[in-house]
Amino acid sequence: MSRLNSLKELEARRREIIAADKEKTAAVAVCCGTGCSASGARDVAAEFERLITEKGLAVRVRTRITGCHGFCEQGPLVVVEEAGSRPEHSTSLNDSNARPAGGESGPGGLLYCRVKPEDAEEILETSVLNDGVVEHLLYKDPVTGEKFRSENDVPFYAHQSRMLMGYNGRIDPGRIEDYLTAGGYGGLAQVLGGSMPPEDVIKEIEISGLRGRGGGGYPTGSKWDLCRRVEGEIRYVVCNADEGDPGCFQDRSILEGNPHLVLEGMIIAAYAVGAYEGYIYVRAEYPLALKQVATALEQAYEWGLLGDNILGSDLSFRVRISRGGGAFVCGEETALLSSIEGLTGEPNPRPRPPYPTSIGLWGFPTLINNVKTLAAVPDIIKKGGAWHASTGTDTSKGTMIFSLTGRVNNTGLVEVPMGMSLRELIFDVGGGIPGGRKFKAVQTGGPAGGCLPAEMLDLPLDYERLSEAGSIMGSGGMIVMDESTCMVDVARYFLSFTVDESCGKCTPCREGGRQMLALLDKFVHGTALEGGLNMLFELAATMQSSSLCALGKLAPNPVLTTLRYFEDEYRSHFEQWRCPAGVCRPLISYTIDAEACTACGRCLEACLAGALTGVEDEVPELDDQLCTKCGACRDVCRFSAILVG
Amino acid sequence: MKEQVEQIIDRHSHAEGRVDLVAILHEVNSTQRYLSREALEMIAQKLAVPLSRLYSMAAFYRSFNLEPRGDHEVHICLGTACHVRGGERIFDRLSERLGIGSGETTSDRKFTINRVNCVGACALGPLVVIDGRYYGRLDPLKAERLLEEYYEQA
Repeated sequence: MSRLNSLKELEARRREIIAADKEKTAAVAVCCGTGCSASGARDVAAEFERLITEKGLAVRVRTRITGCHGFCEQGPLVVVEEAGSRPEHSTSLNDSNARPAGGESGPGGLLYCRVKPEDAEEILETSVLNDGVVEHLLYKDPVTGEKFRSENDVPFYAHQSRMLMGYNGRIDPGRIEDYLTAGGYGGLAQVLGGSMPPEDVIKEIEISGLRGRGGGGYPTGSKWDLCRRVEGEIRYVVCNADEGDPGCFQDRSILEGNPHLVLEGMIIAAYAVGAYEGYIYVRAEYPLALKQVATALEQAYEWGLLGDNILGSDLSFRVRISRGGGAFVCGEETALLSSIEGLTGEPNPRPRPPYPTSIGLWGFPTLINNVKTLAAVPDIIKKGGAWHASTGTDTSKGTMIFSLTGRVNNTGLVEVPMGMSLRELIFDVGGGIPGGRKFKAVQTGGPAGGCLPAEMLDLPLDYERLSEAGSIMGSGGMIVMDESTCMVDVARYFLSFTVDESCGKCTPCREGGRQMLALLDKFVHGTALEGGLNMLFELAATMQSSSLCALGKLAPNPVLTTLRYFEDEYRSHFEQWRCPAGVCRPLISYTIDAEACTACGRCLEACLAGALTGVEDEVPELDDQLCTKCGACRDVCRFSAILVG
Repeated sequence: MKEQVEQIIDRHSHAEGRVDLVAILHEVNSTQRYLSREALEMIAQKLAVPLSRLYSMAAFYRSFNLEPRGDHEVHICLGTACHVRGGERIFDRLSERLGIGSGETTSDRKFTINRVNCVGACALGPLVVIDGRYYGRLDPLKAERLLEEYYEQA
C-alpha cells in the first residue's frame, strides 16, 4: 500500500476499503484472544477458513480473527454478523425485555459459545447461508437456563458500556484496513485538519475528565499540559504497557485486539505535547501483544501515519517498541524509563518532583500514559470531551475495564461506566459466585490494592470512593473471593508478591516488607501473638510514609484492609489455632468421612505422600503425620468424603 | 557464536549511540537458551560497558537465565486468579515430581520449571504454559499427567 500524503487521501482510502468489502455481506468473527486461543480458537478459525474456501463463499463471507471479546469463560467465542445491523437478532429468544443494540458495541451479531472446529460447518450452513440459529451453541444463563442469541442481550455484555473494548470484535488486529473501516485515525485527521491547535487538543482532554488508567488517576489533560510547557526541543511520549499486576490482562487485550487505537492515541499525544519520538514498553510475557504492535507499527509507517510529515502535515513522530524483562517494578514510571535506557529497572531514588514530565527519558521531558488512557483519546477527539464526561461520576469520568476473575461465574474483561457498584459488577455482570457459595471479599487494584468485604458491596467504583475504603482503582484488577478463601493467606500471597518484586533499593520497602511477611507467616502457623497485630500496623505505616516509589507505599494495602475488615479471622489464627476457611496448612487436618466414603480407592492413587493406606473395599486410613495437606485426595474424591477442619 | 552476538548487537544499536541493551540480552538469551559468561563478556567488550552492569541486568530481570534452560519450559501461573483456584498446589506437585524448585532445570536437561506471576488468561485458571502453549482448567493430577505426556515425547 502506498503512503498517504494528505487527509484527503486518508478519506479516499477509507472509502476504497469500504467499497471493496461491500460484496462481503456476512462475517464470522472468531475471538483469538489469549483466553480463547488457549481453549482452541485457532483451530476453529482455521476450520471456518477452510470451509469458506471449499464452499466457494470467500466472495461474500469473511472470517475475521479478532482480539479478545472479554467473555473468556465461554470461549472459544464466535460471532456471526451480517453487514449492517441485524435488528431481528437483537432480542433474546424467550424474553420480551429486549435491550437496544448498543451503539458502542456494534450491531450485535449472533453469539456462539465454546465452539469446536466440528461446529463450524453447522454454523455456516445454519446461520450464514440461512437465517437460522444453532441452538446448542447459544449462551445459556447458568442460573435461569434462559438462552440468548445476540451478543448484546447476554447479561454479561448487556450491563457493560464497551467504549474501548467494543472495537475488538469488529477488528482484525493484523489489518489496518479494519481499523479504518471502524472510523480509525479519524481523531488524528481531526487534529491535523488545521482547526485544532495543540492547546485545544489538551483542552478537550481536560474537559473529558480522563484520568490515568494505569492506577494513579492523575488528570491526563494536566499531565499533557505540564509536559508541553517545559522548555526545550526534545520530548518523548511513552506508552506504559508493562501490565504486571497478577490477574490483570486488559492492556494486553487492547494491544492484542486493537493496537492502532493505542497508536492513534500516542500520535495525538505527540502532536499535543510536541514530541518527535515515542516508545511502547511492552511486558516480556506478552508475545502476541508484541507481535501485533510490531505489525501495527509497520503498517502505520507504510501508510504514512508514522514517520516524517504524517499525512502531509508538519507532524513527525517515530515509535519504537521496548520489551520489558519480566520485572514488576518496571510498571513504575521511573523504573520503566531506566529500563528503556538500558539499565536495571530500579525506580529513581530521588524524591519527586521533578516528575518525568519535566525530567524523564535521557533527561528530557517525557509523557508517560497507560495503554487504556491512550486508547480513550481518539474517541474523545472525535466525539468531544463533553461526550466522554457524560459517563461516570463527579470525579471519575468515562469507563473502566476490569479483569473480573477468581470465584465468580463470568470471568473475563468487563468495561463498565465509572461509578457502577461492586454489587452490580460482581452479581449482574459477573453472574455471582459459582456453586451457590457465599461472597466473602473482593480485591481491587491488584497486589497493591485492598480487600473489600460484603458490607462494602454497594460502594460505587470511582478513584476517591475506593481509596477512602483503603483500596485503589489500580489498573483494574478485580478478584472475587468466596468463603473458601482465607484472608490471612490472601494478604500473605499479595505481600509475598510485592516483597519478591521489590527492587531492594530503599530500606522501608525491602526490609519492611520482609518483616511483615515473617509476621504473617506466624499467623499462618498459629504462632503469632497479640502484639503481632500492632506490629503489622507499625511496619505498614513506615512503609507507606517512607518508601521511594508506589510499590513500597502501596504494598501494605492488602494487609491493612484485611486487618480492618477481617480482624476476627486473624484472631482465630492465634487465639484458637484455627483457619476458618480451611486453607492454612499448619492449622488444618484432613479426615475421612466413613459414611460418605465408598472405598473406591481413587484417593490412594492420588496421594504422593503415602499418608493414605488401605485395601480394596475398605475406607482408607489417613496418617496425619505423613499428610502434607496437598489436597490431591480431595480433588479426586467424587463423594465429598474428605473433610477439612 | 561471536558472529551471531555481533549481529544481534548491530540490530539493536540505534542513532546517537543509543543501544537497546535489554533487547540484546533478550535475543541472545533466546537464541542461545541462556546468557553465558562468554556472551556477556563479548557484549561488554563490543559496547564498552562494564561486565558487572550486564551481570546485574541479567540477574535483575526475570526473563534472563544464567544457566542453560531445559528442552521444555514449564511456567506455572501463580497470578491471583490462579492462586485462589489452587495454582500453588499444582506447582508443589510438579516440583515434587521433578525434584526441582522454581527456576531450576532437571539433571537430564529435559524440563525447566518456573513460577510466573500471571500469564493473563485468568478465566482459564489455574493454568500452566509449556513451551508457549497454554493449558487451562488444570488440577495437580491433570498437570502431572500433562508433564508425563511431554516426558514421553522428550
